[in-house]
Amino acid sequence: MQIETNVLLFELALTFYFIATISGIIEIFRGKKDTSKVSLYLSLIGFIFHTANIIMRYIKGGHIPVTSMHEATSFFSWSILILFFIHEFRYKLGLLSSFIMPIVFLLMFSSSIFPREIKVLSPVLQSYWFVIHVILAFLGDAAFAMACGIGIMYLLQERNVKSKHLTMLFQKLPSLQTLDEINYHLITLGFPLLTLAMITGVIWANSAWGTYWRWDPKEVWSLITWLVYAIVLHLRLTVGWRGKKAAILSIVGFIIVIFAFFGIALILKGQHVFM
Amino acid sequence: MNILIVGLNHKTAPIEVREKIAFDGPKLEEAINILKKSNAVKENIILSTCNRVEIYAGVSDMDSGIESIKDFISEFHKVSRDLLDKSLYLHKGTEAIRHMYRVASSLDSMVVGEPQILGQLKDAYDTALKNKTTGVLLNKLMRKSVSVAKRIRTETRIAASAVSISFAAVELAKKIFEDLSTKAFMLIGAGEMAELAARHLINSGVQDVFITNRTMARAEELALEFHGKVITFENFVQELLHTDIVICSTGAPHYILLKEQVHKTMKERKQKPMFIIDISVPRNIDPQINDLDNVYLYDVDSLQGIVDTNVQERAKEAEKAEQIVDEEIGSFLKWHASLAATPTVVALRNKAEEIRKAEFEKTVKKLGPMEEEKVKAIEYLTISIVNKLIHPPTAALKSENNDKETMLDVVQKLFQLETEKGKDEET
Repeated sequence: MQIETNVLLFELALTFYFIATISGIIEIFRGKKDTSKVSLYLSLIGFIFHTANIIMRYIKGGHIPVTSMHEATSFFSWSILILFFIHEFRYKLGLLSSFIMPIVFLLMFSSSIFPREIKVLSPVLQSYWFVIHVILAFLGDAAFAMACGIGIMYLLQERNVKSKHLTMLFQKLPSLQTLDEINYHLITLGFPLLTLAMITGVIWANSAWGTYWRWDPKEVWSLITWLVYAIVLHLRLTVGWRGKKAAILSIVGFIIVIFAFFGIALILKGQHVFM
Repeated sequence: MNILIVGLNHKTAPIEVREKIAFDGPKLEEAINILKKSNAVKENIILSTCNRVEIYAGVSDMDSGIESIKDFISEFHKVSRDLLDKSLYLHKGTEAIRHMYRVASSLDSMVVGEPQILGQLKDAYDTALKNKTTGVLLNKLMRKSVSVAKRIRTETRIAASAVSISFAAVELAKKIFEDLSTKAFMLIGAGEMAELAARHLINSGVQDVFITNRTMARAEELALEFHGKVITFENFVQELLHTDIVICSTGAPHYILLKEQVHKTMKERKQKPMFIIDISVPRNIDPQINDLDNVYLYDVDSLQGIVDTNVQERAKEAEKAEQIVDEEIGSFLKWHASLAATPTVVALRNKAEEIRKAEFEKTVKKLGPMEEEKVKAIEYLTISIVNKLIHPPTAALKSENNDKETMLDVVQKLFQLETEKGKDEET
């Protein structure tokens, strides 16, 4: 009975995210100057179901629900939504949900493909370090996901201004400076989170296996991700790689994050593989 | 009572005439109070802006209304009736309502969609209210015009985008920088369009202003006007390091700023974005500069291109707005018709009922006692005759048509109705 309820909650969340995504995309092309909040409200409703689903899985499994691909992907999109709502209410950026909700929906959709049963936690994962590690990692990745969405918005707005052909989208998208600043601030948020996630991961690895670093593919790709964002920040602060270049880098960075997230788990084998 | 508009605007009268007829400052209150005393003009509001002077009036008779308003203007401003007849336009009844709506929603403005007119109209109305020169008719018309203007603003994109080069420049600057108050601006050279754009930028919050010009004296003059700092023309490239927005308009026949120079500056300013507007013809700034990252270069043609698209868009939106105006005229007319007709219709019905009752009772008395059924039949007969007789005139009075005033008059005279004049206005 309980399983059925949480499946239902998941499906409801997925459905609302889907409608929110569609209405967000329609909003991009709709010829009205003011942006409607429909997509935001739909995603909020979906988020409530989603949260209930995560809580139910937590109660049922007795641990933070990130131990299968289904749970991890769902938790990932949930973390993005938390950052999305914070940004939406703080900055009121026009069209933000049109660019974030597709990412959220695609993650939820891939989550729905994976097997959903709640697995018994392997002893290796029963550690506070693990919980902290996972939460930090997902929040960091969520910040990079947001930076990617904002980066796409920046590129579109930049093309508008450079091409001197101002479409309706020009009116609706935020200013270049705002987008660039938020992109930067998201990366300065994601980078330390990722760093801390790696440190806690290393500590936990040591307590679980007695070795800090084992060149597990996930570890390698995390390191690559970390290096990419370190370079993004470095170039920005030293030679002023801002604007378009920063936007492109934050999109590339997120592609690597996604590859590290799915690619490793699906193609390669390691401790981070859940199935 | 009917609506009459007498006025002139930028299309019908040159500035010299508009100046003479303007009711500015204290003249406005004086004028509406004089008009208030006129017999022909029951209600009045005067709108006086730099592009138009209009008198909105509620009159019981059109011709005498027009005459007394024209006489009043001619006396008040000491201008000849001849000149007035040439430049004034008149709008009566339905056309007056349409005109009012179009003015309020900025469809009749020089720059269609400009937002100031509604505020000016509200001010004019406030002054009229304060001086109690309006009545039920103009009050309703004003309120309705404001709501029509708001409806048009929300339902169409008539005022959505900039339709002048200087506003387009500000709009772009805001989409590049968001907050202009932290940005520095440099004006290179001078010229009407450049100065206008500079003024708009400063009005939008830009605080640090640098002025440079080949002629030092001119630079100082402009610096005084814009509260800016003068920099020498030889140094302006160095100063670009601290400048975010540049407007350039010099008479130089060649480029005064090259791609290499900006490339170097951008490196030094760590790629902080720069927005450069080149208003000069021939162009003074190397167009290839636009290829650099984080530099946005616009010349006159590209700004004009944006303005043209926006103007076209406004024209399209204006069509939608005209449709809204048409719709809303209908609802006002309905209200106006009911306002004028109701007392007359009621009076007509009462009169008919009075006669019917009296005649019916007289007849019943004469015939003496008889069956209830027969009395009922007779009563029914009288009722249906009366109803059939007064149906066409009441229906006509309630319908909407142009010569309602005449019809009301005729009906009142034919049936010797006494409707209290005052009541018409207060219902």
